[in-house]
Amino acid sequence: MHEIRDEVAACAGCGCELSLIHAVYITPVTAHILIQKRTADISRTAAQHWIEPHAHGIYVKPADMWIDPSRPAARALVTHGHADHARSGHGAVWATPETLAIMALRYGTEMGTPVPYGEGFEHGGVKISFHPAGHVLGSAQILLEHAGERVVVTGDYKRRFDPTCTPFEPVACDVLITEATFGLPVFTHPPIEDEIAKLLAAREANVDGCIVVGAYALGKAQRVIAELRRAGYDAPIYIHGAMQKMCDLYAAHNVPLGELIMATGLAKAELRGAIVIAPPSAMNDRWAQRLPEPITAMASGWMRVRQRARQRNVELPLVISDHADWTELTDTLLELRPSETWITHGRTDALGRWCELHQLKARALDLVGREDEDEA
Amino acid sequence: MQAFAALIDGLIYTRSRDLKIRLIADYLRITPDPDRGWALAALAGTLNIATVKSAAIRAMAEERFDPMLFRMSRDYVGDTAETVALMWPDNSSGDAAPTVSEVIDLLNSTSRARAPAVLAELMDRLDANGRYALLKLATGGMRVGISARLAKTAFGQAFGVSVDDVEEVWHALRPPYAELFAWGEGRTERPDPADSAFFRPFMLAHPLEDGSVNLDEFVAEWKWDGIRIQIASTGGETRLFSRGGDEVTGAFPEIAAAFNGVGVVDGELLVRGDVQGGEAASFNALQQRLGRKNVTAAMQAEYPVFVRLYDILFDGAEDLRGQPWTARRDRLELFTANLDPVRFDVSAVIEARDFEHLAEIRAAAREAAIEGVMLKRRDSPYLAGRKVGLWYKWKREPLVADCVMMYAQRGSGKRSSYYSDYTFGCWTDDGNLLPVGKAYSGFSDDELKWLDRFVRNNTVARFGPVREVEKSLVLEVAFDAVHESKRHKSGVAMRFPRISRLRRDKPAEEADTISALRAMFD
Repeated sequence: MHEIRDEVAACAGCGCELSLIHAVYITPVTAHILIQKRTADISRTAAQHWIEPHAHGIYVKPADMWIDPSRPAARALVTHGHADHARSGHGAVWATPETLAIMALRYGTEMGTPVPYGEGFEHGGVKISFHPAGHVLGSAQILLEHAGERVVVTGDYKRRFDPTCTPFEPVACDVLITEATFGLPVFTHPPIEDEIAKLLAAREANVDGCIVVGAYALGKAQRVIAELRRAGYDAPIYIHGAMQKMCDLYAAHNVPLGELIMATGLAKAELRGAIVIAPPSAMNDRWAQRLPEPITAMASGWMRVRQRARQRNVELPLVISDHADWTELTDTLLELRPSETWITHGRTDALGRWCELHQLKARALDLVGREDEDEA
Repeated sequence: MQAFAALIDGLIYTRSRDLKIRLIADYLRITPDPDRGWALAALAGTLNIATVKSAAIRAMAEERFDPMLFRMSRDYVGDTAETVALMWPDNSSGDAAPTVSEVIDLLNSTSRARAPAVLAELMDRLDANGRYALLKLATGGMRVGISARLAKTAFGQAFGVSVDDVEEVWHALRPPYAELFAWGEGRTERPDPADSAFFRPFMLAHPLEDGSVNLDEFVAEWKWDGIRIQIASTGGETRLFSRGGDEVTGAFPEIAAAFNGVGVVDGELLVRGDVQGGEAASFNALQQRLGRKNVTAAMQAEYPVFVRLYDILFDGAEDLRGQPWTARRDRLELFTANLDPVRFDVSAVIEARDFEHLAEIRAAAREAAIEGVMLKRRDSPYLAGRKVGLWYKWKREPLVADCVMMYAQRGSGKRSSYYSDYTFGCWTDDGNLLPVGKAYSGFSDDELKWLDRFVRNNTVARFGPVREVEKSLVLEVAFDAVHESKRHKSGVAMRFPRISRLRRDKPAEEADTISALRAMFD
C-alpha cells in the first residue's frame, strides 16, 4: 500500500542538493507522508551530531538514552502519555509525574523517575530538563544541553489556552526538533469557544436525542468537558466506560470536570438531551446504536477538511485539536529562530518548504508510527 | 452568503434524504428573493456563471500562495476549491459578507479576465465556510449529493405544492425563479408552463413473488436490462429524463435529436448489438454516460444507443394516461411508426398460450439484455409509482455459485457498525483466489450478526475501512448474469450479486472455479 516516487528536484525537507532520490510512502489510512533520505545521506549528516534521529525514536548518544522510542529501550525519556510516544517495556523511564501516572494507569506496574516541569538532571554529560508543551496533562518538551549546544524536542505541542494542562513555554535553543501534525497552511484551528458554542447549539436543537462526541480518551475528552464547563454547561456529562479512569486521573490532578456519569447501560430516556463523550472507535460501533437518535460529532483538527469528516460519518465536525496549527507551528519557529529545525512527523515536507522560504535551515526526519488519527 | 454556506455544509454532513430536504425547504422559506432563487438554481444545476472556470480559481491561488505549498495542500485536501478556501486568510478586508445575489451580479457583470480579481475581493469578505460556498457557487459543481429532482421536492415541501406541479412549470422558468416563489407563497397564479417539455412520474412494478397471473387479464413483455427513460417533446423542445426525474438529455443527445414525435413516451435505453448477444459491458457504458452533462462523438459512435418503447403517456397534447393499457399500446404502435427505426422500436409482446408456457419461454431466455418478464394488466391506466395489482416484474431465476469471502467492509446507514459488504472470490486453475464480485444483501439480520463476528474474529489484515479475512468461509452467491470483464483481474463480472446462503458446512477448497463461472456466460 505504498508508492515510491522519484523526485529530481531540490529536497523540500532538508534543502540538500538536487537529484536526490526520495522515497515517499503514502499510507492509505493517515495519508501521512514520510520523506526518507537515502541511507548513505542519513549516515553522512547524522553521524556528525550527538543526537541521532532513527525511525524508531531520537537517540541521545552521549547519555545512551532514547526519546519516545517505539521499541523497548534501556533508558527512555518520554514527552507525554499518548500511546505513540509512551510505550511499555522500557528499562528506566524519565517523565513528568503526570505522564508517569498516565503510563502507570495504562500499562499497570510501570514506574519511573519523575521530573517536574522546570527541573532536570545530568546523565552522561548531557543536561536534561522538562518544560511544559501544552499538549495534554503532563506533556513536556525536553531540553538537552551538551557541548555548548541546546536542543529542544517539542514532542507534541500547542500554543492555545487549555484548562486541563500547563501552557507551552518557549525554550531558547540551537536545534528545535518539532512535530508537524498539522503542518499545512490549510490547517487553522478556529477559537475553541466557537466550536463549543456549535456543540451546545446542536444540543439545544436536538433535546429529544443526544449528541455523541468522539474524542480521544486521553486529553481531548477532558479538554472538551472542561471547556463545556467553562462555557457554563453544568449538567452531568455522560462518558463511555473506557474514559472513566482517565477522567478520574485528571480530577485527581486538580482538573475539575464536574459531574460525569457512565453512559453504558443507561436507558435511552435517560440520555435524551445529553452530551455523551466517547472514544472515536466506539462512534460507529454497536455501542452508539443504543443511544437515542444520536448526532455524531467529532472533536479533531482533521475535521477542518470536509472529506475527512464525511469519511468518518461525522454530522457535526468540531475543529478542536491539541496540536499546534500551521500558524502556531510557524510562529513558534519565528519566535525561537533556531539555527536548525528538525521535523519529526506529520506534514514534514510542507513545514520544510516553509522553512526554506523563510531561510531557516531544516530537515525532515523519518520517525515512524507517530500520529494516531484520533488523537489529533 | 453565510446562510447559504451553512446550508451547503449542512447538506454535506447530512446523510438522510429527508433531513436534506428539510434543510433546503427551511432555507427556501426564510431566505429573501432573489438569493433563494439563485441557491435553488445552484442546487438544481441550472446556474451557470460563464466568467468563472476552475482554472480561474487555480490562477487566483497561484498568485497568492507559494505554488509548492499550494500543491502539497491540494494533494492532501483533494479538492481545489476547498484548499483555496482553507488557505485564504480570514476576512482580511473587514467588510461585510456579500449576499448570494451580490456575488452572482458581480461575477456575471465582469469579464473572464477580470473574474479572478473580483473573486479574490469577495474571498476577502468571507470566512472559511463562506469562501468554500462562494467557490462552489461560482464554478457550478456543488457536489453535495443533491439531484435536481430533490431540490424541486424540497421546494414543493417548503411551500406545500406537489413536486409534479413544480416539475411542470420548472422548464418554463429561469433562475432566480421569482415567479416560482411568488406562486409557492400564494401571491400569484401558477406560472404558465407554456411550450415546455417536462417530466411525468414513471409507473413502476411490484415483484411477482410467488404464484401466477391469468394471461387473459395480463399481457407479458420482456423486461429489458438497460436504463429506463422518459422522452418528452413539445415539437419545439425534447428532453430526456431518468427514472428519478433528472434530466439526462445531455448524456444522450442523439436520442433527443432523432425523436421527431410530439408527446411523452416511456421506454428502455439500450445499446445496439446487445439484443443479438453483443458485448454486455455496454450496460456500464450507458451508466457512465448517464452521469455526464455532455458526451463526445466518439462515445456516441462506440456504443450506438436506441430506445425500446414500452408505453405512451401523451400523444401530442392528448393525455392517454387514464386509458387502458390495450388502448395505449395501439396508440404507441401508431406513434412509433413515424419515428426513426434506427433509434426507436416497440418492445414486443410475448405470445404465450398460458402461464406455464410463459414460464418455459422465460426460463429459456438467457440473453444478456433480458432481465425477466413484465406482466401488465390489460386494463391498467398509467399511474405514478407502484400500484398493487397492476404491473408485476418477474425476473428470471438467478444463477448461483459458491464463492469464498476475501474482504469485508463496514456498511452504511443502519448497518454502519457491521461488516456487511463482502468481496468474494473463486479459484483459478492454478489454485489462487481472485475476487469475482461484491455483495451486501441477501442475508437475514441474524446472519449479518454472525458474518460480522466472523469478520472480526478472522481478520488477517486491515486497509483503512476494509478488512481482509481468512479465506475459509464459503458464500453461495446468486446473480442475474455473468459476463466477460476487462476491468476485473479475474476477467469476469456478475450482475446484481447477492448472498443467497452461508455455506458454513463447505470447505473453501471446494468452492467454484472461475472456469465454472465462464461456463455460465450468456
